[in-house]
Amino acid sequence: MIPDLGKYAVTVLSAYGASIVLLIGLVLISLRAGRKARRALEAVETRREIKDEA
Amino acid sequence: MASIWEYANPVKFLRTSEKVLPVLWVLAGACLVIGLIWGFFFTPDDYRQGSTVKIIYLHVPAALMAINAWLMMLVASLIWLVRRHHVSALAAKAAAPVGVTMTLIALVTGAIWGQPMWGTWWAWDPRLTSFLILFLFYLGYMALWAAIEDPDSAADLTSVLCLVGSVFAVLSRYAVLFWNQGLHQGASLSLDKEENVADVFYLPLLVCIAGFVLLFLALVLYRTGTEIRLRRTQALIRREAARA
Repeated sequence: MIPDLGKYAVTVLSAYGASIVLLIGLVLISLRAGRKARRALEAVETRREIKDEA
Repeated sequence: MASIWEYANPVKFLRTSEKVLPVLWVLAGACLVIGLIWGFFFTPDDYRQGSTVKIIYLHVPAALMAINAWLMMLVASLIWLVRRHHVSALAAKAAAPVGVTMTLIALVTGAIWGQPMWGTWWAWDPRLTSFLILFLFYLGYMALWAAIEDPDSAADLTSVLCLVGSVFAVLSRYAVLFWNQGLHQGASLSLDKEENVADVFYLPLLVCIAGFVLLFLALVLYRTGTEIRLRRTQALIRREAARA
């Protein structure tokens, strides 16, 4: 399945490995921070609504 | 037609980005998967560089986005300085971690590619050096945002830093032309067809570039939304504290 990369196999695979790890890491960190921010805002807004009703 | 300034309203920005983001994520993922599989599995080796030519599908798009992310931050910073739209300052802040990752990918893949081709991981070549300085500017920009508590002062100072750093973003792009020396080759993509890489490498490269551009847009929109929510949360908490 993997093409014959010859004597440069380690070079090519390490470049792909490092880049894919960095890209996936960036996406995951962004999604996690986004979810956390959304939850924090919802919590504050809910607290505010409860106080306003009371 | 809606004016672009309508998106300076955080609510309008969030509403629009929520609609656009699913499409952007899917298109970015599709282009990246198709481009990288095409480039890695279905393109031949180069007659001089062998299979290392496959690194081009990561190195060139990442380098392009490293420079263009900074230019996008420059435009957003100028909008902040001139029109004081908070969303534009937050968009610049949101783009920095994406830009620094792209710069890091370009530096790492460049070093890995350079070792077998030039016989060294690193050389103080004009393009490599200006890219390293651009990377340091990204780190400085993010550190400045983190170090200043007042968000408007942070936006002002980081905007000025962005203007200064733009010199290096432009140098990174044109270093090869300014100084006709160093190891790094000229542009892989050019309006001059003679300078371009061969079509067999060019087409999957274009798909990968499209993937990187779309991923950048998706990440910046998403992260700007996150910054807007964080800012709103802080404002509500401050209001609560003032009432108590």
